[in-house]
Amino acid sequence: MKISFTINGESKSVEIADEKTPLLWVVRDILDLKGTKFGCGKAACGACTLHVDGEAIRSCTYAVKFAEGKELTTIEGLGDEQNPHPVQQAWIEEVVPQCGYCQPGFMMATAALLDKIPNPTDEDIDKNIINVCRCATYYRMRKAIHRAAELNAEVEPSTETQTS
Amino acid sequence: MSKKRISRRRFLVRGGLGTMGILAVGTYLFRNPIRRGIAGVINKGETPYMGNTSSPIIWFEVTSENNIVLHSPKVEMGQGTFTSLAQIAADELEVSMGQMKVVHANSDSGNLDGFATGGSTSVSSLWVPLRELAATMREMIKNKAADKMEVSSEQLSIANGVVSGGGKTMSYAEVVQDVSEWDVPDTPVLKDIKDYKFVGKPIPRVDLKDKVFGAPIFGMDATLPNMLYGAVVRSSTIGAKYVDADISKAEGMPGVIKVIQEPDFVGVVAKSFIEAENAKMAIKVNWKVERNWQTSDIEAMIAVGKGVPFVIQKEGDAEDLLSDGANIISYEYKSPIGAHAQLEPNGALAHVEWDKATIIMSTQVVKITRGEIAKRLELDEEKVNIVPTFLGGGFGRRLHTPNAIQAAVMSKAVGKPVKCYFTRKEEFQNDTFRPPTHHVLKAKLTENGMIEAMEHNVSSGDVAFGSPMVPAIAAPILGADVGAWRGGMIQYGAIPHFSTISWRVTLPFATSWWRSLGLLANTFAIESFMDELAIAAKKNPVEFRLSQIQEDDSGFRLKEVIKAVVEKSGYKDEVVNGRAMGFAASTDANTPCAQVVEVSIVDKEIKVHKVTCAMDPGIAVNPDQVRAQCEGAIIMGMSAAMFEKMDVEDGQLTPTIYGPYQMALMKNAPKEIDVVLLQHDDKPGAVGEPPLGPIGAAIANAVFRLSGQRLRNMPLKLS
Repeated sequence: MKISFTINGESKSVEIADEKTPLLWVVRDILDLKGTKFGCGKAACGACTLHVDGEAIRSCTYAVKFAEGKELTTIEGLGDEQNPHPVQQAWIEEVVPQCGYCQPGFMMATAALLDKIPNPTDEDIDKNIINVCRCATYYRMRKAIHRAAELNAEVEPSTETQTS
Repeated sequence: MSKKRISRRRFLVRGGLGTMGILAVGTYLFRNPIRRGIAGVINKGETPYMGNTSSPIIWFEVTSENNIVLHSPKVEMGQGTFTSLAQIAADELEVSMGQMKVVHANSDSGNLDGFATGGSTSVSSLWVPLRELAATMREMIKNKAADKMEVSSEQLSIANGVVSGGGKTMSYAEVVQDVSEWDVPDTPVLKDIKDYKFVGKPIPRVDLKDKVFGAPIFGMDATLPNMLYGAVVRSSTIGAKYVDADISKAEGMPGVIKVIQEPDFVGVVAKSFIEAENAKMAIKVNWKVERNWQTSDIEAMIAVGKGVPFVIQKEGDAEDLLSDGANIISYEYKSPIGAHAQLEPNGALAHVEWDKATIIMSTQVVKITRGEIAKRLELDEEKVNIVPTFLGGGFGRRLHTPNAIQAAVMSKAVGKPVKCYFTRKEEFQNDTFRPPTHHVLKAKLTENGMIEAMEHNVSSGDVAFGSPMVPAIAAPILGADVGAWRGGMIQYGAIPHFSTISWRVTLPFATSWWRSLGLLANTFAIESFMDELAIAAKKNPVEFRLSQIQEDDSGFRLKEVIKAVVEKSGYKDEVVNGRAMGFAASTDANTPCAQVVEVSIVDKEIKVHKVTCAMDPGIAVNPDQVRAQCEGAIIMGMSAAMFEKMDVEDGQLTPTIYGPYQMALMKNAPKEIDVVLLQHDDKPGAVGEPPLGPIGAAIANAVFRLSGQRLRNMPLKLS
């Protein structure tokens, strides 16, 4: 069957035999966007986090059929070197990544958190950022999340943000 | 380590790689008997680089854009080695950090490391060889520039990869153009460390942007044209042997290309990951299982007094003094089975053609993997190219790579590239676990409250002995498992009588290297016991330790980190506002580390608020990344000490997913981590593992002050 959606601002249609196929594998292996990671396949680690209509979801357990007609954003669409998302900018300033494998999932989870709670407290962060990082970069991540909130606040609310 | 110079004969240069300029090809000779090599690497912080001795070996490339590509024989798994190596090379090569690119050396490059990436040895072992190679290359280019520019080399100066003098300038890229004959000078005198511009500075990681913008840099991200997906049926039961399989149902499933039956495994190749996984589940395998193991069986095996003892440390006669029973203080400590739980599962992308094989994968053992693939496919090793990628976590998990063989066998069977990865459940069940341990500590105090005699007995499953890096033949030479006793020796050398005995136990499942090896459990036991002794002696736990450290270089460095952490943390042996401080210290691979934690207890939950860490790794090539390693190791160590535990139920290792395998998350991470770096050595030492040592005992010692409960088993749980 054919499933159509927008991903990182581009319209895409994919032909897929099994509509229950997790979105993760469509993104990684059919659309060749490798920034979204496979960690556990059971929505337990968050390495596969991406945005569907602005919500952070764990794509390893999200059937591709539910993406029909939706707007998807992956780490590749969050920002780039010329125009980094505030979360990516904060991650660079705080030199967060070690091995780096889980980091896209954390950045996507953080970007969605800041959309809901622009200036999260430590308790907000503890409650909402529940991905797994084995290098245990949590100390710098927390600093980067607060920094990203600052960077977001510096953007005039009336001007268009360039985060798509 | 002797300062062996680069052999002039072996420093060759090969000209003309397309338009790319040159490949500088050199080798660094260093061979060690296995005993000294491995024991030195593991325990003493003497870290020889065990490079290949055949040539050619590719180290540097000069690109037409005037950048330098460093082919690293050490892999990047998060520890920051690429950045440190780039800093070291840039300083001797006289180029900017922006001109340095670091890539993983393919095994085809000849730049093969005979050891592995592990043991906190990467930067320390390459510190001398890499500077000598870079300095030699700089002089070669300078001399060639003198010829081309017709200016004497004494008149030339170099900045940012551009040679200037006599009113002329030439970039490295221009100098190396069309050169096929090179004169190789004697190894130049290295620069004074104080003249380095990059070494010692907090340079941002060279892989930072790739990792922030989601570049496809990991083994799991690799693709090749016409690639298929493989899945191997793996037993969930300890000790299960493959007998045979019914593949009839799987063969007709959607997307299936071929079901492959080998003497030791059965696998399926399909068009997609999901189709391969679905078909795999339709294969019925006969497993032969001889015993239904339980946690209680394993606990019964791991016990001091069982297995093979080996004395690894002995001063005076502690055994005799501690044998009469009077006034002896003795306690037992335990640590559980630990999983690596690295985020990127193990696997490989293999492409086997008729006379050669290419394997793209995350691995810590490039050379060993090449040998294993060559053997299985019956190819010469030179026909197997291992292409290492960035690792989605290593921690010792990627020292064993049998799944690369399976990917290669399946690729050969279908004649196309095959990518084959573990599922998370398979990853947990087929891990090479951190072995459980049991420790018995005994001591006798003098009337003045000093330790007169102390003995540490440790029983552990295999660590180094489970590794392909230590062949079975080495076990009788080495005696005790160097990995199991890492961190197990008593570091208080002023005690008149002390000894450590390691008891070796081989468990029915694989156990091996887990970041810091035995350090985590051994330090937990010894430093908890030291705290108990200090309390028995009615002494301040810090003063008690300081007074029993010997007067020598390592004793001086240990005292300095202890004093530094006490000063920085404001350590006090008392409970203030519901918070207590806990102290512990360790020496690992010649790097001393001391930590103070601030802990409270809320609803029987241990909460770590702040950790202060003082460490002396010698020269910190990149102080920011040394701090990052301390921060990460502290939280990973907390995770292991407070939460992590694998069990054995009805023959199966469990749990098999994050969550049930409880780990420290954001909410558990301390809000404050304060790292103090000291430098009382004139070279870089171990960094990635030493800061894992003290954390477990420091937490347990704080918990005792708050609750009166002495927690002697990891993970730490209040009753």
